[in-house]
Amino acid sequence: MYIYDAIDQGIVDERVAQFRDQTQRFLAGELAEDDYRPLRLQNGLYVQRFAPMLRVAIPYGLLASRQMRALAEIARRWDRGYGHFSTRQNIQFNWPKLEDVPEILAHLAKVQMHAIQTSGNCIRNTTTDHFAGVAADEIVDPLVWCELIRQWSTLHPEFAYLPRKFKIAVSGATQDRAAIQVHDIGLQVLKNAQGEIGFKVLVGGGLGRTPVIGVVINEFLPWQHLLTYLEAILRVYNRYGRRDNKYKARIKILVRELKPAVFAEQVSAEWAHLRDGPATLTAQEVERVTARFTRPQYQHLEALPVQYTQALAREPAFGRWARRNVHPHKVAGYAAVTLSLKKTGVPPGDVTAAQMDAIADLADRYSFGELRVSHEQNLILADVRHSELHQLWQEAVALELATPNVGLLTNIIACPGGDFCSLANAKSIPVAEAIARRFDDLDYQFDIGELDLNISGCMNSCGHHHVGHIGILGVDKHGAEFYQISIGGDQGVQAALGKVIGPSVSQDEVPEIIEKIIHTYLALRDSEVERFIDLVRRIGTDPFKETVYGTAHQKRQTRRESVATA
Amino acid sequence: MALLIKNAKRAENLWQLLSIENTGETLVPVPSLPSGDVLVSLPLWQAARAALIARPSGRLGVCLAPADDPAQIAEDFEVFSLIAVEFPQFTDGRGYSIGRLLRERYGWRGELRAMGDVQRDQLYYLAQCGFDAFLLRTTTTQDEDRALQVALTAAADFSEAYQNSVARPQPLFRRRPLNPTAAA
Repeated sequence: MYIYDAIDQGIVDERVAQFRDQTQRFLAGELAEDDYRPLRLQNGLYVQRFAPMLRVAIPYGLLASRQMRALAEIARRWDRGYGHFSTRQNIQFNWPKLEDVPEILAHLAKVQMHAIQTSGNCIRNTTTDHFAGVAADEIVDPLVWCELIRQWSTLHPEFAYLPRKFKIAVSGATQDRAAIQVHDIGLQVLKNAQGEIGFKVLVGGGLGRTPVIGVVINEFLPWQHLLTYLEAILRVYNRYGRRDNKYKARIKILVRELKPAVFAEQVSAEWAHLRDGPATLTAQEVERVTARFTRPQYQHLEALPVQYTQALAREPAFGRWARRNVHPHKVAGYAAVTLSLKKTGVPPGDVTAAQMDAIADLADRYSFGELRVSHEQNLILADVRHSELHQLWQEAVALELATPNVGLLTNIIACPGGDFCSLANAKSIPVAEAIARRFDDLDYQFDIGELDLNISGCMNSCGHHHVGHIGILGVDKHGAEFYQISIGGDQGVQAALGKVIGPSVSQDEVPEIIEKIIHTYLALRDSEVERFIDLVRRIGTDPFKETVYGTAHQKRQTRRESVATA
Repeated sequence: MALLIKNAKRAENLWQLLSIENTGETLVPVPSLPSGDVLVSLPLWQAARAALIARPSGRLGVCLAPADDPAQIAEDFEVFSLIAVEFPQFTDGRGYSIGRLLRERYGWRGELRAMGDVQRDQLYYLAQCGFDAFLLRTTTTQDEDRALQVALTAAADFSEAYQNSVARPQPLFRRRPLNPTAAA
């Protein structure tokens, strides 16, 4: 964890006071609804279908146990006893009262948390790899860079009223677990031949209505220039991004309309003025931020101690969990563990206050008091000893946090959807649940193998359906809720956008369609080694269109014709 | 009514706004220009530059729209007594970049005024970006004394900022004490 100093704390405290004053003026009728809206959004406060929704920032997904307890307390005191972890490593509360929000923010500030810029047309929470700092495939630990970006982007006076929201993701590993190719800015931390740290800079990626894979505009930006370069990108976007149409206002549209090469030139021209200016990072500042991070004090441990391997051999259920939910660690004898928030019947990402407290205890006892939120809406204990995995597993089972489905079909990513969100065209949670029930048999899931299934209730794509191996999008069809199914999306290094394979279907039909897709995959894969996404890459989507929609599509076509001739 | 705040005090707005739309497209002859202080839009400045400079009395200011490039007036600073930036809606943030460019890149030292949909809750960031005068949007029903009183508190919203800006030429990390005390 980055530990605030008095200045960091002061900024967050003053933000609470500012928002308290704004809310009081709004409630007193001195601040009009339209004038208050952007202010409350930049403090994470939406007005939703049933109640306001408060989105709390979890910078780059890192959370201390005492912070988790504070979230539990908020869920109990001001909400209905639970919270929802989002795909952007944040947590959302669905039932706070607007007038209570300043008090909630004050409560958060006590544990060095806030809701600054979790919504609105500004620079949002920076996200990263949920295995940052511990991943076995890591090149550079991105956490310090994320914190430097957090500080730079927090209350940036020039960029509070951008054309549209702006999201930055950072990855420091070989595998991309931060989806940097589908962010407004994606940063890949690298080392050059001399061992110096720098960033590959991608811009203009994004999901939403117009999904786009980002383009590289700088192959290696030396670290000293990180903030001046970000400032140059943001300034070009702030000045020239479209403001006439909110659906064309993201940076991806500007990059596309200018052409990436021209956009890159504009950034270079702007950067020429900012380069080597006061925002140029110093080694001293990087050291200062590094020193303010608490780091686990690892011990020299034996990898795969005998009690661990014996338990694996003895208990198949433990073995299954270890295969899916235990992940490699760069330090021998340690592993990262996913606590699954994807138990069938529970909306993906939802956690009760009691679970939050229990999870905080697990973090204290097994993982140096720290947790991570993954963009797949699970929680991670990043530093667990191999020798304690079995005991942790037993506790996680008791807490219903041990569903061994990471990477499998029922590890569904889903937005809150039409049950909560006023933007949604369709519900997400009941669809996720229906699919999870259909595939509840774990052996079957293990047989199907790795598969990401993502659901968004509308084209704002909070459920990242474009990059699901199977993506489900809620659409509105003459006032009724329908679902469009796509396949072939991927979120990793080989990021790809899924393709729609047929006409949209009703909620009841979705599990059946997914089942048919799975049958097609199982019938056509060359072996168990060929994953679903590998098969789609190999054979394309056409065979799926045939087998999944062939008859249904035919039937509908025939019906339409018979109606036409009637 | 609009309320002008300058150097943290209420001030009287002496400037008359002129744009191409209210003077006509053609080159404006000197006699038809009003006397007194005039604030002209960038298109009008570009169309009637000589005539505006030739006016016998009154100060001259230019008002930039969000899409205007401040580079276009950077050579003319000596003839201006005021540069204003228009915010058609407060959510249109282009003017913040214009403010910083005018101050930091082109070196404008005179009055920099934010006008249009400018409200109390934008003043802090505007000041960070170099604005020192604010023509506040107020409604007829609003009590101006109260509006002034509320607006004047905006400067104290934050006592620190991470970024370098016009108000703080060095970012926090270049000013931070070496051994700051940890937060409680």
